[in-house]
Order: sequence, then structure tokens, then C-alpha cells
Amino acid sequence: MASEKKYEFSPEVEKRFQWLLTRYPTKDAVLLPILHLVQDENKWLTPDSIEYVAKRMDLSPARVREVASFYTMFRLNQKGQYVLQVCHNISCYLRGSDGVIEHIKKRLNIKENEITPDGKFSLERVECLASCGTAPVLQVNGWDYHEELTIEKVDRIIDDLLKDKNAYPDYEKRISEGSVA
Amino acid sequence: MSQKIQPLHPIEKRVLIAGYGEDKSWTIQHYEKNYKGYEAAKKAVSMPADDIIKTVKESGLRGLGGAGFPTGMKWSFIPKNPTKPVYLVCNADEGEPGTFKDRQIMEHCPHRLIEGMIAAAVAIGSKTGYIYVRGELRLAIKRLEDAINEAYAKNYLGQNIFGSGKAFDLTVHPGAGAYICGEETGLIESLEGDRGQPRLKPPFPAISGAFGGPTIVNNVATLAHVPGILLNGAEWFIKMGNGTNRGAGTTVWGVSGDVQKPGFFEVPVGTKLSTMLNEICGGPLPGRKFKACFPGGSSSPLLKAEEFDVPMDFDSLAAKGTMMGSCAIIVVDDSRSIPEICMRTARFYAHESCGQCVPCREGTKWTYKMLRRVCSGQGTKSDLKNVQSACDNMAGKTICVLSDACAMPVTSMLKKFPEEFEKLLIPESEFTPELPKVSGQLGSVLDAIRARQQS
Ligand SMILES: Cc1cc2nc3c(=O)[nH]c(=O)nc-3n(C[C@H](O)[C@H](O)[C@H](O)COP(=O)(O)O)c2cc1C
Repeated sequence: MASEKKYEFSPEVEKRFQWLLTRYPTKDAVLLPILHLVQDENKWLTPDSIEYVAKRMDLSPARVREVASFYTMFRLNQKGQYVLQVCHNISCYLRGSDGVIEHIKKRLNIKENEITPDGKFSLERVECLASCGTAPVLQVNGWDYHEELTIEKVDRIIDDLLKDKNAYPDYEKRISEGSVA
Repeated sequence: MSQKIQPLHPIEKRVLIAGYGEDKSWTIQHYEKNYKGYEAAKKAVSMPADDIIKTVKESGLRGLGGAGFPTGMKWSFIPKNPTKPVYLVCNADEGEPGTFKDRQIMEHCPHRLIEGMIAAAVAIGSKTGYIYVRGELRLAIKRLEDAINEAYAKNYLGQNIFGSGKAFDLTVHPGAGAYICGEETGLIESLEGDRGQPRLKPPFPAISGAFGGPTIVNNVATLAHVPGILLNGAEWFIKMGNGTNRGAGTTVWGVSGDVQKPGFFEVPVGTKLSTMLNEICGGPLPGRKFKACFPGGSSSPLLKAEEFDVPMDFDSLAAKGTMMGSCAIIVVDDSRSIPEICMRTARFYAHESCGQCVPCREGTKWTYKMLRRVCSGQGTKSDLKNVQSACDNMAGKTICVLSDACAMPVTSMLKKFPEEFEKLLIPESEFTPELPKVSGQLGSVLDAIRARQQS
């Protein structure tokens, strides 16, 4: 860790940060949006990125950590490259989310909240993702939705991610082409 | 990210999601060309604010975020000569289990929401608005941001909207995964960059809300109804519903769980629940029968199948002891165990309690843990009694109503399906407490007790 480069905003995030500062009457209000951008860029909120954000936001690192730790989307620990989060709320349960979770556990040979030894995947349960009509649902890395899951579909998602296919960067393209709608 | 496009049932009437499934329905061109896009906003900027509020009041529009508060009346609470800037905040946190109506509007018809916000901003004298979107909904965020940019480019947003001299700036604010930020004062705390812990009321947000200014928080669907009302008049809106102020207009219902055709369906307010489930959603799955449903999200008390013959409007559902809530029907059929559903309901609220009020923080957790024990076949009569007493001791005793949202459905399940819970209980005498595994001296004592239990 010590020898690694300390976190700093990339030019794009810096630009967005400057823009965000013009959108709110207080500087504090920029905290949630900027933490999202940092996490997108950095995979998780590393201690040095929290210190950096605190400095730029005129807050103490403890304050930034206090706020970030309230929200489930912010990661204060390292997780797998692809975090698979399966909804286990009522609608997804009624449509078979328990089977999906059991299958992923077997397929990846991990328990819930664990990381595969190669660092590629982690598995978590989450609460309602607002996709109940197309349950069961899982999301990859906090926001890439996969709906109407079947065991075959789950296997396909994992196969693709193992090859880094259809992963994070392609998603923007999928959105911009409107193909997910 | 959404359901397949199907032919509409004759009862379905699309106002909020008119345009859904059409090519590039989320663009400003499409909205202006096909849906009289922004005509209502153009009209609104030249109307006296009081006239807008009066029309919305007359239309009978009620909040679709959960509480069903009359929208026009809420707007009229903003002080006439405020000393601080007024804020308009759209609640797009969409966290209530079973709810997925707002994202259909944001992903497919974002301009209708933006237009509604412009009109609302004129009505309450606000120059600044935020749309607080749950952080996971990246497609909704992207579509809204693109739509806002399109509206800025045409001067529908900005310092001189429609050349009227009025200003309105709009920004999308991403949440980060906390149900409690759907509660309006929790949302305001979160918008300000804090933990989303709700505030004591009074003062109500209309007097002192975001950044200390008078603030109106409205749900996505509530705001997206405003353009239609201004363009077609209050009478049009009332007639679309069941003709009374009990429920005017339409709403988008999300139906999930044990039905043939889950999905979202926009119908007139006052459509019968049985019609929705049997005719629009195709009835129960083959070989099964409906047992019960949550009519308005997981915090609404359950209705049993024999109670399904009820019009879905605010007052009719309230008369049945439940609520329209966030327009989310979760259907449970006869193959399911109610205690299991109950345990999962409580687990959600236990997970989402923000922890600032003791009755909620402890009450939701204990309710969940005791129900979990009942479901695992280790519960006793006193567990059930304790669940009920935990519920009685949290509802109405906390800063916000999250604790009520847990207590209401749990209590309704205990009351309506007592036999299903009792079936799982064991006699007190057979109960063996679970001993925690710890190391050290205490650990060896516990190990000894465990060994004795097993012999
Ligand atoms: C725990 C809790 C969660 C809530 N979540 C939401 C939500 O996700 N979306 C929403 O619109 N309203 C939600 N509400 C209701 C809001 O507090 C508020 O009543 C609503 O945004 C007002 O808008 P309306 O008048 O347009 O309905 C929630 C309330 C509580 C107590």
C-alpha cells in the first residue's frame, strides 16, 4: 500500500467536481455525488481516497467515513472485482431468489459475503432493488441489473464476467444504445 | 431493464407512462411531438402561482409516495414571502419493497417529470430543484441527466425559462442505498450531505427543509401528473378516476409475486384489486389460489383473498384497514407460508432502521429475530407474544414512521393468519436456548452446558 500512488481525482472527476460545486448552496451537499464518482473510479473507498475527498471537501476524514458508512452502496472494504448482489426481499423470494443464491454459492464455492480466492467475485444478499415485476433480480457492482433470473441465466452472467465480457465498461454502451430499455 | 412490451388491457390507461415502449420515448423531440410536451410548463410560467395551486387542489391529486397527502394543499403551506430560497425536491428514492413505478416514468418519460417540476416550481416560487434518485438506478439517472440537458438547451430550464424572466435550475442527486432516505426529512439530510436520519417535525419541510429553506418534497408520479392536470383541467383528472376526490386520475401499480403476469400497469384510481389481479395480471399461477396481498408496498397491512373485491383508491383501502401506499401489490398464494413472509418483512425493516430511535432500532431487530426463531421451528408462544409487544412498543413512538411500517404488516399477519404461526410453535418446556460460541473461560462453561443439553 505504502509504495502505491496516492489517490487523486482524475481530470474527468475533477471537472465534474467543479461543476457539482456550482449546483448546491453548500459544499457539504456534494459529498454523496463525489463519493460515487470516486468509488466508480477506484472500485472502493480506500483510506487514502477518503482522506483526499475530506481534504477537497474541507471535512475531516472521520466525517467522510461517518457519512459513507451509513450507505450500503459505499464500499469501505475491498471486495471482489464483480460484486454479485442478489435481492432476497419478498417479491424476489416468491420468484426463487433462494435458489439463485444457493446456486451462486455452489458455483463459486464461496459463502455469502466472501470473495473468491482469485479476487474475481463476491456474493451478497441485498434488499429490494425496485425491479419486483421482473424478479428475481441481481445486480453487479451496485447497479448493473440482471432480471428474470434463471439458473442458466446466472451461469451465463458468471461465464461472461469470468471473461470480463458485458462487464462494467460495456454497460454505458448498452445504455447509450438504449438496448436495455 | 424493464418488462416486455405487451398489448394493453382495455382497462389500462396511460397518462404517466404514455409513450412507454415507443422509439426514443425519453427524448425531448418525442415528447414534444407526440405528447404536447412542455405546453403545460409554458402555460404555467405565465399563470399566477395561486391559480396553479388552485387547479391542482381542485383536481384532487394526492401524493403517490406513500402518505397520499393532497398535493395542492401541501404546496399552499409554503410561506408567501419567504426570507430564504424555496426548494423543490422530487423523491425518486423508490425503496419500498414491491415498488417499481417511478423508474418507469424516469427511464421512459423523464420529460414529463421535468415538466411537472417546472410547473410545481412556479407554483411554490422555487428557483432550485433536485431529483433525489436511488443510486442503483443508473439508467434512470442517465436518462434524467440527458433530458435535463435537452431542456436546458431549449431554455426550458435555466435563468430565463420560456423567456418568462423566471429561473429554475434542476439537478439529479444520487442516493447511495438507504431506504430511510425515502422519508422526506431523511432525504433532506442526505441531500445536504449527511447520514439520512429523519428530523423531528415540526418544523415541517414546507417551513424549514433543505438548506434551511422552505421545501416541498413530492414523489415522481405525483409531479408527473401535474402537466396533464394543467393542460386538460381538474375536471378531466377527476373524471379519469372514480369520479370522486377519493381517488382522482390514474396511477401506475407495480404487481409482483405469485401472479401469472407480474409487471406495472397504469389504471384509473379506483380500479378493483380483483380486476387488476384476475383480469389484467391473468390470475394465480396454475394450480394455485391467491392467499393474500400487500396492496401498497411491504409496509401496508395484508388483505386476505376474500377481501380483494375492493376499489384501489385511498379511502376504500383505508376503510379496509390498509393503504394505497406506494402503489405496489405483492401477491402471495396458497403455496406460501405467511410466517416466512412476515419474517422477511421484518428483516427488511430491521436492516433499514437508521438506528436513531431506540424503539425502532431494537424493536425491528427483535421482531425479526423472534420471527426467525418461529420460522425455524424453535419458537414458543411467548415469542409470538413478544413480537406483538415489540410492535405495540414501536409504532407511533419514533421520529419517523419506519417503525410503524414494520409494525403494521407484521401485526396484520399475526391477526389474520394466527393458525399459521401457531402451527410452528413448540411448547415452552421443549425450548432450548441457543448459546453463543465464545472463546475463553466463559466459552468452556457454555460448552459444558451445551453438552448437558445434548445428552
Ligand atoms: C421509511 C419511509 C420511506 C419512504 N420512502 C419513500 C420513497 O421511496 N419514495 C417516495 O416517494 N416516498 C417515500 N416515503 C414517503 C415520503 O416521506 C413522503 O411522504 C413523500 O415523498 C411525499 O410525496 P407525495 O406527497 O408526492 O406522496 C417514505 C416514507 C417513509 C416513512
